[in-house]
Amino acid sequence: MAETTMAQALNLALRDALAEDPSVVVYGEDVGPLGGVFRVTDGLTAEFGEDRCFDSPLAEAGIVGTAVGMAMYGLRPVVEMQFDAFGYPAFEQVVSHVAKTRNRTRGRVSLPMVIRVPYGGGIGGVEHHSDSSEAYYAHTPGLRVVTPSTPADAYSMLREAVESPDPVVFLEPKRRYWTKGEVERGTRTEPMDRAVVRRRGSDVTLIAYGPTVATALETAEAAAAEGVGVEVVDLRGLSPFDDATVADSVRGTGRAVVVHEAPVFGGYGAEVAARVTERCFHYLEAPVLRVGGFDIPYPPPRLEEHHLPGVDRILDAIARLQWESRWVSPGARAGAAGEPLPVAEVGA
Amino acid sequence: MERTDDRPDQASPPLPSLEPIRLVDQRGRRVDDPVHHSPDHAVLLRLLRGMVVGRRFDRQAGALARQGRLAVYPSSFGQEACQVGGVLAMRADDWLFPTYRDSVALVTRGVDPVGVLTLLRGDWHSGYDPNRYRCAPQCTPLATNAPHAVGLAHAARRAGSDLAALVMMGDGATSEGDAHEAYNFAAVWNAPVVFLVQNNQWAISVPVRKQSRAPTLAHKAIGYGMRGHHVDGNDAAAVYAVVSRALADARAGRGPAIVEARTYRMDPHTNSDAPQRYRDDAEVERWRARDPVDRLTALLRAEGRLDDAALAGFTQEGEELAADLRERMADEDAPDPDELFAHVLAAPTAQLTEQRAALRDEVRKEAGHG
Repeated sequence: MAETTMAQALNLALRDALAEDPSVVVYGEDVGPLGGVFRVTDGLTAEFGEDRCFDSPLAEAGIVGTAVGMAMYGLRPVVEMQFDAFGYPAFEQVVSHVAKTRNRTRGRVSLPMVIRVPYGGGIGGVEHHSDSSEAYYAHTPGLRVVTPSTPADAYSMLREAVESPDPVVFLEPKRRYWTKGEVERGTRTEPMDRAVVRRRGSDVTLIAYGPTVATALETAEAAAAEGVGVEVVDLRGLSPFDDATVADSVRGTGRAVVVHEAPVFGGYGAEVAARVTERCFHYLEAPVLRVGGFDIPYPPPRLEEHHLPGVDRILDAIARLQWESRWVSPGARAGAAGEPLPVAEVGA
Repeated sequence: MERTDDRPDQASPPLPSLEPIRLVDQRGRRVDDPVHHSPDHAVLLRLLRGMVVGRRFDRQAGALARQGRLAVYPSSFGQEACQVGGVLAMRADDWLFPTYRDSVALVTRGVDPVGVLTLLRGDWHSGYDPNRYRCAPQCTPLATNAPHAVGLAHAARRAGSDLAALVMMGDGATSEGDAHEAYNFAAVWNAPVVFLVQNNQWAISVPVRKQSRAPTLAHKAIGYGMRGHHVDGNDAAAVYAVVSRALADARAGRGPAIVEARTYRMDPHTNSDAPQRYRDDAEVERWRARDPVDRLTALLRAEGRLDDAALAGFTQEGEELAADLRERMADEDAPDPDELFAHVLAAPTAQLTEQRAALRDEVRKEAGHG
């Protein structure tokens, strides 16, 4: 099977959704003939016509606000916020209407719509092109907030998002748009509100989502070389949250680190750390740590590598998980005998 | 391939008149308008009936607020010609996008008055089925209902329907970004929408001249390539005629429009406002002389179309509505805490199911201590 990039997988998902359901419409800024600045909507106007995929005026509140009205009339609009930080003008519509209309109307009016948001850094973008805005959306009851980390999930989760009776904020990790993977059209992966274990390991759980899943997997590879078994959980659905899968993993390993690009203060990781602590306190060998960006406005591109959490920063966090309190070394749980490793070596 | 051009490709819409369109003057005498014709007597009687009943509803709701039976009530006393004229100009399959001040419009539309007051009583955020009445929930954030109307109207037109949407907004709301975006989207998409701006002169305490330097708020339409109409908002016949025509234009594909209805908020912003801090009673009294109900009553009486019995009938209808409202609003049924979790997402989440159980437990314990 041909390898597909995440951007192509998203394109296929939109293509299949448009073909299968005449109520689906796709619109936003430059999503028409250009195919979107990341080419996620490439070819859709040509294939389905301007009636189904079209450019709108350049106004995010208007885009989301009109989508509310379209959804009230029975359409399933899929709208694009061109970049994370360009979505902020639409925030009032998202928070006060998209998220609340079902509640306000006692379930009489639902808004099946998808707001696609390319988010996160790592692409060398200048100011306003690299924000991680997930916490704003995840903090809002009434929205589903999801983010894929693989092309297969990108396809499946976007299909599911379009079919959902609830409004979905679909966060696309833009620096993974060019990541390749196998995608079979029509194939569904796990439901979008379910977390999945991407790698098994017995010593520590890395909890990641979207762009940091790949970083977590790289970290696990590096840690394995040091004899540390890292389990990687990909959250996929940020809201609602899959407590069961995450808690199962942490109960098995006894240690957890949450990894995201966003600033740590008041960030999504704080919620994850709190939930894990509430559910797994007696299983934990160390406090749940958070690794993320610094508490700074997103830096200019020539400095972003210092901001984004990489393998080393995550390994350092793993090294701080109070291994000295254990009588066995990390790596010993799998049955490997041996002397305890000096703590310093764990993060090396 | 798209094409652009170095010259404008359409003519400018005509400027709205500085003098508002008027069909009936303050003393109830007919005024000729070159474009708009007065509705016939049957319609005029429906307008009067709607205003009499609507005003009685408004007075009753204000009383309920003073008695503490409503959390708050934003009155539309003085704006009945806009509320009733706008709604009666609509077709049954058109959609209304009201604000929190448009209770009388909703009652005129046929929504159960108790349902209209659900929001303001504080039982829930909206009390009626939008699809049944084709009325969106009352919108509290300013102008955010306008893009919804554009989206719905555009979707309907795309599906081959000729329905139109009527958005209600105030003078203050025209300063909001969402108003601008909605006007622009409507014009670009040629969506069948009419924006009825009730310029009641005051956005809480801020007069309209501090909102806008546009000659009239209807002039704003011109920059979007839309038609703008400036109408006497205390002349129900004129509001009805102008909105009817604008809706007909919109549904026929001749484009959306802004209708500015110049009126006055006779009451405070809500029952908790203090208008003596920012406006003179003399101004209120000047507007009292332009009362929309008195004006239409005078016309119909002068033309021999309204006798005491007919007027008494309208009044009686209003009294019955008010009595029914008093009775049903006296009902002390407490809202159900379980419902807090019922309509967040389509299906309950594990977390909400847990939280609902926790609240049930709290409620049970509280009851035990009571």
